[in-house]
Amino acid sequence: MLDVVIALIPAVICSVVFYGWQELLVLGVSVASCVLLEWAITKYMLKQPSTVGDLSAVITGILLALNLPYTTPWWVVFIGAVVAIGIAKMTFGGLGQNIWNPALVGRVFLLVSFPTYMTSWSAPKGLFGVDAVSGATPLGAVQEGLMQGSTIQEIMTSGGYDYGHMLLANLGGSAGEVCALALLAGFVYLCVRKVIKPWITLSIFATVALTSLVFWLADPSRFTDPLFNLLTGGLVLGACFMATDYVTSPMSLWGGVVFGVGIGFLTMMIRYFGSYPEGVSFAILIMNSVVPLLNMWFKQKKFGRK
Amino acid sequence: MSKHTFSMGGVHPHDSKISRECAIEQLPLAPTVYLSVAQHIGAPSVPCVAVGDKVKVGQVIAEPGGFVGAFIHSSVSGTVKSVGPRADLAGRMSTHIEIAVEGDEWLEGIDTSDTLVTAIPDDPKAIIDKVRLGGVVGLGGATFPTHVKLSPPPGSKCERVIINGCECEPYLTSDFRTLLEKGEQVVVGAALLQKAMGGVPCTIAIEENKPEAIAHIKEVIAKLGYKDMEVMVMKMMYPQGGEKQLIDAVMHRQVGSGALPISVGAVVQNVATALAVYDAVQKNKPIVDNSVTVTGECFPKQANLLVRVGTPLRYIVDYLGGVPADAAKIISGGPMMGRAVANLDAATVKGTGALLFLTEKQTRRAPETNCIRCGKCADACPMGLEPFLLNKLSKAKDWDACEANAAQDCIECGCCLYSCPAHIPLLDNIRVGKGFVLSAIRARAAAAKAAAEAAKK
Amino acid sequence: MVNLIIWTIAVVTVLGLLLALVLYLVAQKFKVEEDPRIDEVEKAMPGANCGGCGFAGCRAFAEAAVKAPNLDNNYCPVGGNDTMAKVAAILGYEIQEKAPMVAVVRCNGTCEARPRVNEYDGYASCYVKSLLYTGDTGCSFGCLGCGDCVAACQFGALSMDPATGMPVVDQEKCTACGACVKACPKRIIELRPKGPRGMRMYVSCINKDKGPVAKKACANACIGCGICAKTCTHDAIVVEGNVAYIDASKCKLCRECEAMCPTGAIHGVNFPKPLDKDAVKERIKIRNQKAKEAANE
Repeated sequence: MLDVVIALIPAVICSVVFYGWQELLVLGVSVASCVLLEWAITKYMLKQPSTVGDLSAVITGILLALNLPYTTPWWVVFIGAVVAIGIAKMTFGGLGQNIWNPALVGRVFLLVSFPTYMTSWSAPKGLFGVDAVSGATPLGAVQEGLMQGSTIQEIMTSGGYDYGHMLLANLGGSAGEVCALALLAGFVYLCVRKVIKPWITLSIFATVALTSLVFWLADPSRFTDPLFNLLTGGLVLGACFMATDYVTSPMSLWGGVVFGVGIGFLTMMIRYFGSYPEGVSFAILIMNSVVPLLNMWFKQKKFGRK
Repeated sequence: MSKHTFSMGGVHPHDSKISRECAIEQLPLAPTVYLSVAQHIGAPSVPCVAVGDKVKVGQVIAEPGGFVGAFIHSSVSGTVKSVGPRADLAGRMSTHIEIAVEGDEWLEGIDTSDTLVTAIPDDPKAIIDKVRLGGVVGLGGATFPTHVKLSPPPGSKCERVIINGCECEPYLTSDFRTLLEKGEQVVVGAALLQKAMGGVPCTIAIEENKPEAIAHIKEVIAKLGYKDMEVMVMKMMYPQGGEKQLIDAVMHRQVGSGALPISVGAVVQNVATALAVYDAVQKNKPIVDNSVTVTGECFPKQANLLVRVGTPLRYIVDYLGGVPADAAKIISGGPMMGRAVANLDAATVKGTGALLFLTEKQTRRAPETNCIRCGKCADACPMGLEPFLLNKLSKAKDWDACEANAAQDCIECGCCLYSCPAHIPLLDNIRVGKGFVLSAIRARAAAAKAAAEAAKK
Repeated sequence: MVNLIIWTIAVVTVLGLLLALVLYLVAQKFKVEEDPRIDEVEKAMPGANCGGCGFAGCRAFAEAAVKAPNLDNNYCPVGGNDTMAKVAAILGYEIQEKAPMVAVVRCNGTCEARPRVNEYDGYASCYVKSLLYTGDTGCSFGCLGCGDCVAACQFGALSMDPATGMPVVDQEKCTACGACVKACPKRIIELRPKGPRGMRMYVSCINKDKGPVAKKACANACIGCGICAKTCTHDAIVVEGNVAYIDASKCKLCRECEAMCPTGAIHGVNFPKPLDKDAVKERIKIRNQKAKEAANE
């Protein structure tokens, strides 16, 4: 678990640098309330030895914070933590028993309950900057633009999006969406330390790229291109840190690949045809629910048996 | 070229072979030895000496109790003091023959010289019979009577003899030292096994962390010029020395559930067993001693000892300076599969390969936490099982589901326990399930047999 | 707007009625004919689903009881005679009264009496421990102390006494379901008749080792000396395989064996007065002398 926290450090540092003290507040409230809630629930409700020491609540807190805009008020963050730890994790029996990724459940709960706070993205102003520029996320802008009848090309030029920026930062979005490179660094660290296996993440990337390639080639004026889809909307955060959560992902290689393909495909369907601009959280949660089935279907071959 | 290893699972513990430089040393005779009549798989042997009898080294003192059984020979010369129950190293009672040592007089006909006899007898049957009379059992740990393994059931044919020199368990070095110091005898033993199985090819499998042994055995094979014999260098991987894993690694064939290696045409024998076969066939010398590694970071003096069968463990430990103060656990065998010694007064058996001293820090189990479904145990399982699932099923006492998920295939190698980040006692629980499943399978087989017999009548 | 509301209500109502009809038809089609007495019997059961009767639960017991021609082989140990009387009334069978039973731990190898010869640091389960070796004391028959029986008890009748390291049965809570008997890998726990006002005698040891070996391992062990069997005037005690066993059906609770036992392996519980060993010994001595004289004459 410590390895996952270490892997998240670059992303945390980036988000604080780009968003400033407000992001630090969101992170602090989120982590502190997750840890406190888990401690209180194990101690006073379940009357079991505390599981705070395993750092899983810290990870949930960080991931939740990285999934929220830095402008989120502290009490909204707290409610998210209550849902994540209290409802999505501890009601199922705590670590290892939950069906859905706690941080994502918290995030989605906030998304549908407080859409105003959750979608009022602001462009990053930097740790020491003061020029708060309000704007939509790239995916939100695309959705908005398409509804108004513009073509993709027009939206992209008017928004001034380019891929270098997306990779390095400086786009509107939730904290964790900001720096894809920092997230990928964490992912590589986790793979090198053999904490996670890369196949889930890679199959998500591959599916998103392939699906969007097909649609983009069919109609570039309606559908966004693969690279845009790979770099926006928290896909990197979701694929590297949320989908690879041990508890809520399949165990075997092929189970993981099917899981990743499902997430990638659902994400693209929601992005292209859904009413929400963002689909990664929903896609992961939907695929989380079929993990028990995947675990049952995709078993590794037993030695000496057919 | 990628080195050979088995196809699934496995772990890679640090090999910790700190006693690898210690040459095999003869342990002085203990004043009294205790020979168990149940030191092999199968029926316990039946004592054929009485209290007060004088015995010589190599004299038969117990006869096999069935086809799957073995002769037991006196490992010392002296007087039989008692025949009765005595606790083994797990505290279980079994019949032991106590012999007070007087001198060291060997039975006539046993060749105790060092001359290497390389001529292979022509008759495979004669070889197998001498192996049987020599009380040879598998010394890799399972102690299955070797002559039974060498007599395949009708309809099955051996295609390859594999000599297991992997010694994949950390710490153990007795096979390594045997390969280095008695490589010629091992190779002749391998040639005898080849002959016994009808002149089939033979592979001597040695892991890459023993380069000296690999070079030496290659040299010996070239020098002695036996046909169809090769050394295969194996990748370091635990549990490579497991019979099924080794066959998979060498022949790329998987032995089915509940089946014997001969079903895929393989016969696997350990290095020490090959040496015992050589002794029994060429020198008329039955198993009276075996080499035991005594090691551990906290143990002051590492050693590889040639120990007479039946020597009390306490005698061995005292010879090397006694139990160190910071030793928390003594393990018979390697750290992965060995069993803790509960009774230091127990005597060695033919299959005793090592005594390992571990400190409190090395043996302490971390507190168990929740399963986070990481699947590391399933990745590590060399049998392709799902330990996390079997653990749950076994705790729920769902033996049918345990069987459906192949708990009976577990080889108890401990890879799952080793790899579990939540420190769940996976193997402990799976062993419970395996026990119940195996007894259910046996009960079914017995019922089917009874029904078939009833139908015949 | 009003139209919309009316339409909505109408559609939902009709849908509801239609679905109800479908459900009804399906339920009729797949109806399983069952003896209504099964439900009645099940209601009369304690509902613990403990399996103490030998069936998979109270429902399974009820099915078996209804099918069986009498109640000879079906008895609910948890509900006892009261429950069985109700069941018998429902089914119109004879009541099969049974003496109430209680779980008895036949080992008294306390930490004090039975010194540890090694330390067990493996998984805390008696069953697992028994697979690995004979235990951390010199006695290979006695309690392993990991509490499998406590975990098996659904009624909270068993607890580990930290002072002795042994399980203790709360006889008020014990329902004699037998779960602990099955859970104990050493087969130490036995269901014995509760006895009049709870008074009962038993040998609290099952060590089959020879006397000196057993005694060395545990101060409270039965050494199989046979004094109790010789003392007993009711033929209630047999010594087999170096261990004594009291047949509860023959025992008259005279406590003579308890007084004579050299190791204190025989226990009498729930007697109103403490045992005056010397007085009983004196009594037996006089009786033996008289018997001797009678034999001489």
